[in-house]
Amino acid sequence: MQIIFYIAALVAIVSTAMVITRKNAVHALLYLIVSLLAVSVIFFIMGAPFVAALEVIVYAGAIMILIIFAIMMLNLGQASEKREKEWLKPRTWIGPGILAAILLAELIYTLNSFSPSAHEQAIIDAKDVGMSLFSTYALGVELAAMMLMAGIVGAYHIGHEKQKEYHRYLQKEEKL
Amino acid sequence: MIYVPANMGLMLAAILFLLGLIGVLTRRNVLFILMSLEIMLNAAGLAFVVAGAHWMQADGQVMFIFILTMAAAEVSVGLALILQMHRHHKTVDTNVLNLLKD
Repeated sequence: MQIIFYIAALVAIVSTAMVITRKNAVHALLYLIVSLLAVSVIFFIMGAPFVAALEVIVYAGAIMILIIFAIMMLNLGQASEKREKEWLKPRTWIGPGILAAILLAELIYTLNSFSPSAHEQAIIDAKDVGMSLFSTYALGVELAAMMLMAGIVGAYHIGHEKQKEYHRYLQKEEKL
Repeated sequence: MIYVPANMGLMLAAILFLLGLIGVLTRRNVLFILMSLEIMLNAAGLAFVVAGAHWMQADGQVMFIFILTMAAAEVSVGLALILQMHRHHKTVDTNVLNLLKD
């Protein structure tokens, strides 16, 4: 039955590779959603159903919608697609790609050389996570709440369009 | 549930993280850089959940929830910054932001 994990892992890797090579932002976003769904399947297989649901709801739902709205507001056209095509020549990505592949090969060798103890996979459901979250990690929850508040205020302040100070008649005069 | 070897799960997390890293290093469109950052955060969360499943503890999933919260805050502030960049420079190309170069 482990074949399910390997299929989901393959889907995740292929779709993530498609994300970083697409020229069109919306296509990349669709592949990114596929990748997140594949990771969610892996979470479910590994006995973490609560986190699998959170992955679909928060990542594939909320955060991706936020990025879609940003793409709509930016309104990137054909010109930017052409420019991206120019940048995606092999000489720009072959160097980092080879270096990262070497690191990956080393890591795979290291992970394969230690033998894990074989045991049955237990399910850790939402109750266990909630008990741990609000007893051991209560301070972390409060810090996360503060960070979200700062994020909301910061995003509003940065994204806020500055109002022009002068009157509209003066603005018309300036245009002439 | 199906038993997944911990080294396989960690390997998948490493592959996803490296794909995100390649994306951050090679793309110039700041929107794609933000998406690659999301991939990297997601891979880190996957590593936490794999470790939590290996030791049969809930701590890994708690850490994933914290990572999720951080990713949400990061992407909202990042998108606000991208909108401001597009408003001021009319582009999302990171090469344009070279004010500190000389």
